Amino acid sequence: MITFMNNSDSEEEPCNERTSLMSAESPPVPSYQDGLQASEAGEAQAHRKRRAGSSRNPNNVAGGETSGSGVPVRESALENEEEELTLKYGAKHVIMLFVPVTLCMIVVVATIKSVRFYTEKNGQLIYTPFSEDTPSVGQRLLNSVLNTIVMISVIIVMTVFLVLLYKYRCYKFIHGWLILSSLMLLFLFTYIYLGEVLKTYNVAMDYPTLFIVIWNFGAVGMICIHWKGPLQLQQAYLIMISALMALVFIKYLPEWSAWVILGAISIYDLMAVLCPKGPLRMLVETAQERNEPIFPALIYSSAMMWTVGMAKPDTAARGPSQQMWDAGEDGREHLRSPSHAESQMSEARSPVPTRPVTSLEELEEEERGVKLGLGDFIFYSVLVGKAAATASGDWNTTLACFVAILIGLCLTLLLLAVFKKALPALPISITFGLIFYFSTDNLVRPFMDTLASHQLYI
Amino acid sequence: PAFGLFIFTIARDPLRIIILIAGAFFWLVSLLLSSLIWFIAVKASNPQDERLQKGLLIFGVMFSVLLQEAFRFLYYKLLRKAIEGLVALSEDGCSPISIQQMAYVAGVGFGLMSGAFSMINLLADALGPGTVGIHGDSQLYFLTSAFMTMVLIFLHTFWGILFFHGCEHRRWWEIAAVVTMHLTVSGLSFCNPLYVGSLVPSYLLMAAAAAWAYLLSGGSAQNLRRFLLCKC
Repeated sequence: MITFMNNSDSEEEPCNERTSLMSAESPPVPSYQDGLQASEAGEAQAHRKRRAGSSRNPNNVAGGETSGSGVPVRESALENEEEELTLKYGAKHVIMLFVPVTLCMIVVVATIKSVRFYTEKNGQLIYTPFSEDTPSVGQRLLNSVLNTIVMISVIIVMTVFLVLLYKYRCYKFIHGWLILSSLMLLFLFTYIYLGEVLKTYNVAMDYPTLFIVIWNFGAVGMICIHWKGPLQLQQAYLIMISALMALVFIKYLPEWSAWVILGAISIYDLMAVLCPKGPLRMLVETAQERNEPIFPALIYSSAMMWTVGMAKPDTAARGPSQQMWDAGEDGREHLRSPSHAESQMSEARSPVPTRPVTSLEELEEEERGVKLGLGDFIFYSVLVGKAAATASGDWNTTLACFVAILIGLCLTLLLLAVFKKALPALPISITFGLIFYFSTDNLVRPFMDTLASHQLYI
Repeated sequence: PAFGLFIFTIARDPLRIIILIAGAFFWLVSLLLSSLIWFIAVKASNPQDERLQKGLLIFGVMFSVLLQEAFRFLYYKLLRKAIEGLVALSEDGCSPISIQQMAYVAGVGFGLMSGAFSMINLLADALGPGTVGIHGDSQLYFLTSAFMTMVLIFLHTFWGILFFHGCEHRRWWEIAAVVTMHLTVSGLSFCNPLYVGSLVPSYLLMAAAAAWAYLLSGGSAQNLRRFLLCKC
């Protein structure tokens, strides 16, 4: 839980769950991959973004896990189809991810620009114990680095904890954790956010109305995320949640720490996903061994119809929602396209279908989607939000960061198509974003300002 | 209007959106590099000297124009490679998007980015309180800025088409013409606030570029007439 140190506005929250939830996100990498989905021809096609094998696909219900066995058979058969479909769907997937990321960023930037609350400094999180109000630059730098180390170690601890829990099959604990976490997020943060927005626009609202509104919002959110609900609504809730988290981060992370943390997190993400001993990798491998769906991390999926249709137990349905939660801090993301996996899934599920298999397959094609961890959404929005909040160049910097992040996402998806493994989505985008932020703020801004004052055009 | 272009022609097809964003990105990078150069030059020179600063600014602008065109060329190269990849990957052996469409989208990307950067701070300030031109500057500042930005966006679009066409057919003079036009338009903006000097020629140039691009894209006076008269 985030303990607000000097904050008058929010109450103390129980420490652990939230934090754990947040950091623990350990977005398991989904690497269920490719190996299986070898079907996709590995062309380095610029727009091939489908990733097969989302083991993380919540749809995968215990039986349906796409590991190994059922897969190879289907593969060759599907291989050709896959290739063709890839092209058609490749660009589409990128757009399917662009839209939510853009929406999230827009919400965050709009809030930052209009609601004063989120740019005031009212204290720091307990995870960043060192203050940045020191007189000297060196001291400030040191403090921010120390803050980063603290934060990253918290995240690592949480992730390892989650991996251990998963290894020892404490599923109930994890589920409970996630639910509690999303509860808190949905109700508490929404309450704070709504309160601030209403204050800014000077709109009066009485408590009963407020209660009803928040209750409805939170209840529907819980249902949508943790159980079943229309896909669009679920996506909308996930976006809202990510935006809220990002806003919290923007408010409570001191400046320099925020930038250093962003950088450090992308490096951590890279290592956690790709190193053989990384916690996320271990999580994936464990899940693979057990032929189970990987424990859900926050994942935004662009196509999750499956769970709704499937008559399988709750765990499947829970999956996606859980994902929502973690995104909290880590945001490891692993992009996965469940497409192929889903086809596998459909095979596995045919005995228990709620619709005939053929239509499942058809559905499957339309619903292939890519998955992106919610942590990614959050960190992207933090970057853009910070740019909007603190850059003196205002909109130019924000716009530049936005384009940089989108391009990073494109490149990551491209790599995804090439490597067909779960990949961390943070590093490339964040690197681009950081580069562009600093350079636009310091270099481009004076140039553009001078040009504008003379009304010159380039 | 540029935004309208975006919605009607580009937003449908995801591939085009990607190309658009990538185009914007390339423009951004070129801007970054040019402002880096300018910044270095300014820092290295005497800040008190007005004329020198102005001169440096002009130099910066020209350099930026050249860099933009260079990046357009790089983008063209990248798109060529991408097209080959797309063709290899597609089912029936032909690319889902032609190089001309790409040229158009790339041009729009460049234009949108350049327009956004020129206008957006202005717009944000315009929402706030204040009077335009209170210090003796022109009162038409916002209006002219808006028009100038629009003309620039359109010009970028047309230049994109012309440029790519020139590269495709290896007609260096076309490319040179685009570069010269760009330089001219930027140079004309130096005449501000004498708006007549900058806006009018820019619009004329834009009309010329539009006609040229239209002809290059396979249109003709006949097509135009048929379209306008809604014949079949």
